[in-house]
Formats: sequence, C-alpha cells, structure tokens
Amino acid sequence: MKKYNSTDIPKTDRITRLVDNLYAKMPEIESARAVLITESYKETEGLPVILRRAKAFEHILKNIPIIIRDEELIVGSSTIAPRGCQTFPEYSYEWLEEEFDTVEHRSADPFYIADQTKEEIKKADAYWKGKTNIELATSYMAPEAIKAMEHNMFTPGNYYYNGVGHVTVKYDEVMAIGFEGIAAKAQAELDSCNVGDADYATKSRFLQASIISCNAAIAYAQRYMVLAKQEADACKDPKRKEELLTIARNCGRVPAKGATTFYEAMQSFWFVQQLLQMESSGHSISPGRFDQFLYPYYKADRNAGILTREFAQELLDCFWVKLNDLNKCRDAASAEGFAGYSLFQNLIVGGQNEEGIDVTNDLSFMCIQASKHVFLPMPSLSIRVWNGSPHELLMKAADLTRTGIGLPAYYNDEVIIPSLMSRGLTLEEARNYNIIGCVEPQIYGKTNGWHDAAFFNMCRPLEMVFSNGMDKGEQISIQTGRVEDMKTFEEFFDAYKAQMKYQISLMVNADNAIDVAHGERVPLPFQSSMVDDCMKRGKTMEQGGAVHNFTGPQGFGIANVADSLYAIKQLVFDQKKFTLTQFKEVLALNYGSGFDRITASEMTVEIVKNLEAQGKHVSSDEIAKIISGVMNAKPSAEEQRLCDELKNAIDEIPKFGNDNDEVDAFAREAAYTYTKPLLDFHNPRGGQFQAGLYPVSANVPLGAQTGATPDGRLAHTPVADGVSPSAGKDVKGPTAAANSVAKLDHGIASNGTLFNQKFHPSALSGERGLDNFVNLIRAYFDQKGSHMQFNVVDRATLLDAQEHPEQYAHLVVRVAGYSALFTTLSKSLQDDIIRRTEQGF
Amino acid sequence: MDYMKTKGRIFDIQRYSIHDGNGIRTIVFLKGCVLRCRWCCNPESQSFDIQTMKVLGKPKVIGEDVTVEEVMETVEKDRPYYRRTKGGLTLSGGESLCQPEFARDLLHAAKSAGISTAMESMACADYSVIETLLPYLDQYLMDIKHMNPEKHKEFTGKSNELMLENARKVAESGMTELSIRVPVIPTFNDTLEEMKAIAVYADSLPGVNRIHLLPYHRLGQDKYAGLNRPYLMGDFLPPTNEFMEELRTMVEAETSLVCQIGG
Repeated sequence: MKKYNSTDIPKTDRITRLVDNLYAKMPEIESARAVLITESYKETEGLPVILRRAKAFEHILKNIPIIIRDEELIVGSSTIAPRGCQTFPEYSYEWLEEEFDTVEHRSADPFYIADQTKEEIKKADAYWKGKTNIELATSYMAPEAIKAMEHNMFTPGNYYYNGVGHVTVKYDEVMAIGFEGIAAKAQAELDSCNVGDADYATKSRFLQASIISCNAAIAYAQRYMVLAKQEADACKDPKRKEELLTIARNCGRVPAKGATTFYEAMQSFWFVQQLLQMESSGHSISPGRFDQFLYPYYKADRNAGILTREFAQELLDCFWVKLNDLNKCRDAASAEGFAGYSLFQNLIVGGQNEEGIDVTNDLSFMCIQASKHVFLPMPSLSIRVWNGSPHELLMKAADLTRTGIGLPAYYNDEVIIPSLMSRGLTLEEARNYNIIGCVEPQIYGKTNGWHDAAFFNMCRPLEMVFSNGMDKGEQISIQTGRVEDMKTFEEFFDAYKAQMKYQISLMVNADNAIDVAHGERVPLPFQSSMVDDCMKRGKTMEQGGAVHNFTGPQGFGIANVADSLYAIKQLVFDQKKFTLTQFKEVLALNYGSGFDRITASEMTVEIVKNLEAQGKHVSSDEIAKIISGVMNAKPSAEEQRLCDELKNAIDEIPKFGNDNDEVDAFAREAAYTYTKPLLDFHNPRGGQFQAGLYPVSANVPLGAQTGATPDGRLAHTPVADGVSPSAGKDVKGPTAAANSVAKLDHGIASNGTLFNQKFHPSALSGERGLDNFVNLIRAYFDQKGSHMQFNVVDRATLLDAQEHPEQYAHLVVRVAGYSALFTTLSKSLQDDIIRRTEQGF
Repeated sequence: MDYMKTKGRIFDIQRYSIHDGNGIRTIVFLKGCVLRCRWCCNPESQSFDIQTMKVLGKPKVIGEDVTVEEVMETVEKDRPYYRRTKGGLTLSGGESLCQPEFARDLLHAAKSAGISTAMESMACADYSVIETLLPYLDQYLMDIKHMNPEKHKEFTGKSNELMLENARKVAESGMTELSIRVPVIPTFNDTLEEMKAIAVYADSLPGVNRIHLLPYHRLGQDKYAGLNRPYLMGDFLPPTNEFMEELRTMVEAETSLVCQIGG
C-alpha cells in the first residue's frame, strides 16, 4: 500500500472565479480602521497603553464593515474592496499622506485611494501627531545612527514604519480550545496573581487586555454568523443558501470554541490569521506547519466518512485565496524592497516532528496542489527537506517549481536544526521549526524573532574604506586611514572589518531604539495571548514575554564584497599591477562609464557643501550648472585608459560562484565580517542578535544607493542577491554555483540564507528532469546549504536576456537535447528558443 | 598511478549535463574527430589542432592540453550530485577514440575514484583500440547515423562498415551497457524507412534495449561563422515534434527497443 495519497485533485470552477474576482480591480486603501482606532484612542487617554490597545482592537472589530465575498467558503475580510488594505496611523502616517497623490501611479505595488478616503484618513491622522511609534523610536536613536540611515548604510524601515509581525502563533491552541479557552487561561493566571506581587500592575492589565482581545475576536466572528444568516435568508440559490448556513454555523462556533471538524478548524485558523493582521501592520505572519496543524482534523473527518478529499482540497484552495485577499500598503521605498504586494505568509509542509520522525502526510501534498490550483504569490509555500523526506513529496514540489511560479522554497533540516540549537532552542523545539517570512527559521508559539530587523548593505562599508569614512562631504563613519597609505592586504581587510563593526553597532542602536518603542507604545495583547510565555511572564511579546527573543537583520552583497576583496588582493598586493590609489580613482570615475543622475546629484551636493564651507553662496542656477557639468564630464583619455585596463583586469579574475576554492574562501570570510560581530549584540527583550543573509528584493533599490565597487560593478546597479553569486558572474553552471554557495557558513547565519537559481523549464522536463532537479537540491543540501529557491525562466526573462546579456551569462537553455548558454547564441537562434519556451514539458 | 599523468587535448568541460547518460554528469569534450558530419554542432571539435574561433566577436582559443589529473580535479567537484543521481563522467568530442590512451586513462581514473563513466562515440576505430577502454566504461552511447554506406560517406566523409561491425562486437562483449543514438537529420536519414533500418539493426545487437533519437538542431550554426567556415545545412528546419513522435511510435512498433526522443 502506498503511504500517501498524492494523486492530483481537479480544481473547481469556484476557485477560478474567486481568483478572478479577487484580481478584478487595483487594490484600494480604506479608512475604516484608521477612523475607528482614533475614535477609541481619544476615549482612553488616561488608561495604561496595553488596555488602550485592547479596547481599540475591540472597537475596531465591533464596528469595521464586514463582507462575505461571492461564493467564498471561508469568510473574514479586512476590507470591503478585494485585496484592499487598512492603515495603521499609530505606527506612522506621514509617508502615506505625502504619497496620497502618487501611490496610485507608482511602479511598485500601486494602490487606489478615493478622495473621500484621503480626507477621512487625514482627519484621523491629525490626532496622531507626536504620538506615533516612529516618533518615539527616533527619539531613542543615537544621532550617528540616524545619520548613517540617512546615508543609506542600512535601513531598519520595516519595523520603523510598521508593526513587527514575523511570528507564528499557537494556531493549534485556538483550534483546540477556542478564544473562550484562551481567555479562561488568562483569567486563571489573573486569579493566581496576588495584588501584592511586584509585577501585579502590569501583569494584571496585560491579562485583562488579553481577555478583552479574545472576546473581541469572538464577537467579530459572531457578526459574520449574523451576516451569513441574513444572506442565506435572502439567497435564491439553494446550494449557496446551504453553504451560507454552514458558514453561519461555523462562525457561531469558532473561534469562540474548539473546532469539531476540518472545515471549522480552517475557519478558526483563518480568523486568527486575518485578525493578527488587523491588530498590527506587521507582515510575515506565517501559518507555519499547516499540514501538521490541520492533519488531526482532516484525519478524523476522513475516518468518520464526513469529508471527501475533493471538498478538503476546495477548502484549502479557498484558504489560499483568502491569504491573497490581505494586503498592505508600504511607503514607496519599502514597496520596492518588498515588491509584489507580498505579505510573506510562509506556510511550510513536510519535515520531521519533535521526535525526529518524518511527518509528511496527505495534506502536505494537498497544500502543494492548492498552490498549483490558485497560482498566486500567497502563501509563501515552503518544503522542509531532510534525509528522510519522501521522494514523492519532493517530486510533487518540483512539479510546482517547474510551472515558473517561484514556489516552493526548499529548506534543509540538516542545517537549520543544529543552527537553531546553537541559539538556545532545545532539540525538540528545533526539530519542530517552521519558516517565518522569507527564510527565517524559529519555533512557533514561543518566539519573538524580529526576523527582518534591517537591511544592511555590506558594500557601503567598503566605500567607507576608500573614503576614510566620508560620504557626500560628511564624516559619517570612522576613519580607518587613507587607502593610499595601506601597505598590505591585511591592512585593507582590517579597515573593512572595522568599518563593518562600527556600522553594525549603529544598526543595532537603531533596531534597539525601535524595539523599545514597540514595547512602550504598541504592545499587542491579542497576538501575545497566543505566544508562550507571555501570560506567565505578564508581558507582551514586545516587552519580552516570548520564550525566545532574537533580532535578525539581513546583510547582503556578499558576492560583491568577496569579488571586490579578491580583486584587490590579486591586482594590488599579489600581482602588483595596480595600486589602491588607482582603484580609488577608477571607482570615483565609475569605470569611465559616465555618471548617472544619482551620482551627479550626489557629487553636486558635495561640491556645493565645499563651496559653502568656504563661505560662498551658491544659487540654484549655479547648482543646475554644476549638475550638468558633472553629467557631461568625460574622463580624460589617460583616465579612460586606466579605467579600461583595470576593468579588463578585474573581469579576468575568477569570481565567486564558479567553485573556485580560493575565491569561495574569500566569500566565507566576507560573510563572517557581518555574521560574527553581530552575535555580540543584544536586544532590549533579553535576546541575541543573529544574522540573516537574504535580501528580499532590496538588492535592487539598495544597489541604487551604492557607488561603484571594486568587483567591476557599476554605480547604482543592483548588488548580489542573498548568498547567490553576482548576476552573470557564475558561468560554470548550477552545480558549480551551488558548490560555491555551500562553502559559506550557513549555520552561523541562523536567521536564514537565501540562494536563488535560474533554470530554463527544459532542465526540469519529464520525469527524469524532475528527478535530476530534486537530486540537485539534495546534493546541495548534502553539502550543508540551507535554502534554495528557483526561478524557472519565462519568455519575458529571455527577452530581457537578449537586451542585457551581461546579466545572464550563466543562463543555460536546452533545445532538442542540447544545452547551450543562451547569451552565446545568435539572435535568430535565441528567438527560436524564446518561441519554444512557451511549450509544455 | 601513471594513468593520472597521461596528457590529452580537450576543448571544453561542461558540468551539470543532464542528457548524456544517467543523472547529472560532467562532460569532457575531447578534441579531434575522424568524421566531418555536415550537421555537426561542434565544428570546433573536428580538427585536433588548437584553433581560434570567434565567440561573440572575440577570438577564443579552442583546445587545451591537460593531464588526466587536471581533468579529474574538475570532475571530482560534482561528486555529491553523481552520488544522488547515479551520474558521473561522460566523454564526448569529437571522437574520443582519436585519443585512445587519454580516453582510457580518464575512464580508468574515474572508475578508480568510484565515479561512473559513459562515452559518446561513433566507434570509429579499430576494435582492438575500443577493447582497451571497455573495462572502464559503464555506458557506451554509440551513434549509428545511417545503414547505407554510400550515403553515410557522402554526409560524414566516411563509410559505415567499421562502425557497424564494432557496434556488434561491443554488444557481444557484454562489458558495457550499450545504447544506440541516432541524429535525425533532414535530407540525410529523416524517413521512416531509413530510421527503421537503423532501429532493426540496433535491435539485433545483443543486450541493446534503448535507442535515442536526437532531432537535428541549429545551435552550432554560429560556430561555423566563428571558424570562417560555410554552414552546409543551410536553412533546413529541425524536425517537428509530431514527426519525432511518429518515428518513435514506428520504432517501438517495429522493434523491441525502448525509444526516447532526446538524450
């Protein structure tokens, strides 16, 4: 007998229509939440903040408009408009008002906003002046950290502007005992407190806030029960009428009480997922081990003969659609860093349980099926892989990968489990890990990981070495000496390490300032009711209530730093062909490629500052002249020759990503300059800092803030993505790139690493193609890689590769049994392949 | 371990090849060929001499003299992938048998290192030469391009008797897993009759149970310009998927072979 039922289940027409309706219009910003929270806050001014938060949550859930969308089976929508979003003025609001008129037309994640909505939000926002979290956070920051942020050394934008999110709560507990049960636990804890306890004041108020929040969630579901009944009464279609009555029954029972069926469990899970994102604007609220949470309900219903596989699949599909119904409007700069309206709700299947036994089940397969049916970005589907993972699960996953959707991501238990243990998790906890957001592992229901705490651009400290800490005419970092005077490579590398360490400390300062502000100004009683050990400790997660506390900011640009360091060592100190002075000159000239608008305006600022420092007044006419002068400036013939010679010499040097042990060792060291110093820092919740090495999509916008680097990268072009080699620099194929990446220390980056590979669909064609693909992942994981995800290239990518061959030097395509590097083919043959790409497998 | 020191001439090493033998493989391309097939997609492989070819407008030296040891350094790098996929080393060319000692010693080195071996070859050499390789060869991917000696000579420069005879001898030796590969080339062998003749012959070889039909493609076309040579296949289009399917159906109906399109 087969261990799993992995056979495909057809997609129903309902799912097609739900998806079509969801994407019928541009997403819209609504004002209801902003108005309601403001009303509530005005009435609770004298109360402790934790009670104000709970009462505001209650006020919102009692009054926010609700809707049941056509044909849906799982209900609960945060906005009337599909994929709409609410706003969260308690965190920050000014950016939104500034972007009111552009948010609809911006390139990354545009939102429609009605004029009336603008007015309502503006009116509500007026209350928040001086009361937002961002203002408090800023007031806690060191001036030099603020300066470093202004100069784009790092950006903690995520939690600076928004809620934290990045959590997997105890969904299983809500499904089991309902919010009545959780409120009862809070009450019991409260009853056990003694009014004379030292922490009675804060603990009792938190527990009261928790009870208010649980009851608010129950009342919210009851509103859906009433609405479903009303709609059922008015419904002419007998089938839909029956569905609405079932929805009403479900919402009458859950999440107040424990779920008795798979369907109720799904509805209960959804309310938790939705309402967490109503309480705060944090993203990456991750459902986690969904196949494990839901399987007991699935199995019981199947055994009782009251659930068909087909209906269970349809419910899963409906849940997947709902995950895409939630949305968030970020500021324009952040939107570029997180492009794709993504909320990073990570849902993971497969892997081992606390005892180390593989617990893949039928739902694991059905979750992959749901992503194939719904074919939308959410959830961020992940697969846990270990030596005991069943081959058929990976084959099913690979079958999804080859559709080109970019899902699932694959994670290696064999690296992540010991890595988490090195951060204080028990073996049992570590084995039960799930992923938050992009790649961040933790144990659910016990962790406040602050996983996405900042983006740290590792290329910027390299620029600081060349400028001796100056940027745009200001001393913003430490002085590590003039590069012109550096005599050895070690001296140069030490300077880089010192710059890194200093900037890391500033980033920690910024993160901790924000962290403190969250604890004081926006504690989350609802979320904290579902995370251990908040109730016992009498503190919210933001105040240190969770069992495990971390801060995990991401570093990126490793490949650029590694290639830069290697180029400098080779060309300056080993071969002695060039000097650091020449490097400095060529970098300032952007390799003779001219200056783009960003560089020109930066240089102009510097020139103007210098002039003003000399006491000269510079008029706006003169500034315009300076800019155009800089833009049109051409290097002299001699300068151009030096640029070309150096660029050619750099191009000849081996790069990270080609399985060259010497270069790869540099990459390992480069990564350590970020991952090691970070471990010495602690956050105000009593937890440790831990590094992540992944960029989301920030490598593009943050690359745009970075000057030319010694690896041959031009100013303001993207920096390397995650732990992946620089685009186009890995020319020896996917195994060589994977081997290089595996040589980094993934274990120490316990907040996760991200390795992206591109494939042409032909590489995955047929059973054999899938099989080889699965084993490519396994072999990378054998070498202790941590994470892998894939872009299977589509037509658009190939067209782009025709336009920008330098970015795609490594793109292998196969036609008729023959592999070739795409960019080495003539235009007509490339066209041929582009035409074939649309064909199936 | 003298075989590690043997020198030979290669023009490329390609890692992550997934259609030339089982699993994920590393292909070492040996330089030099006895045939001059008009459709050849690696024209730079034909001459044993080190040449210059223009690639994307830049001159590139084709051909490098290396030792077995040096080649193995690269081959070893993908061992984790071979282990997972039953992949390994594949020799290709050119015709590997043009450098028999080097080919033999590469195969020997791989086998000694526990890496599985395969070779793509036309078997165009004395059987006594081929025999020396067989103890180290797990998979022989042998080309049979045509059954008619004159037509074979016209399109490849050599008649086919020796190769057909060697195919039988290799099969009868039972020392390696032999599969037959047939390039499907417009105007040369792309008819049902010609394909049937090849398939029937392949089926008659003891132990052979797989045949691969490799559709003609033009991906080598640019290289001819790079070598300043005319491309003799002109504007011929690759066979359609439908036609390849038709051939496959025919082969499986007429013989007991399993027929696969592509490598």
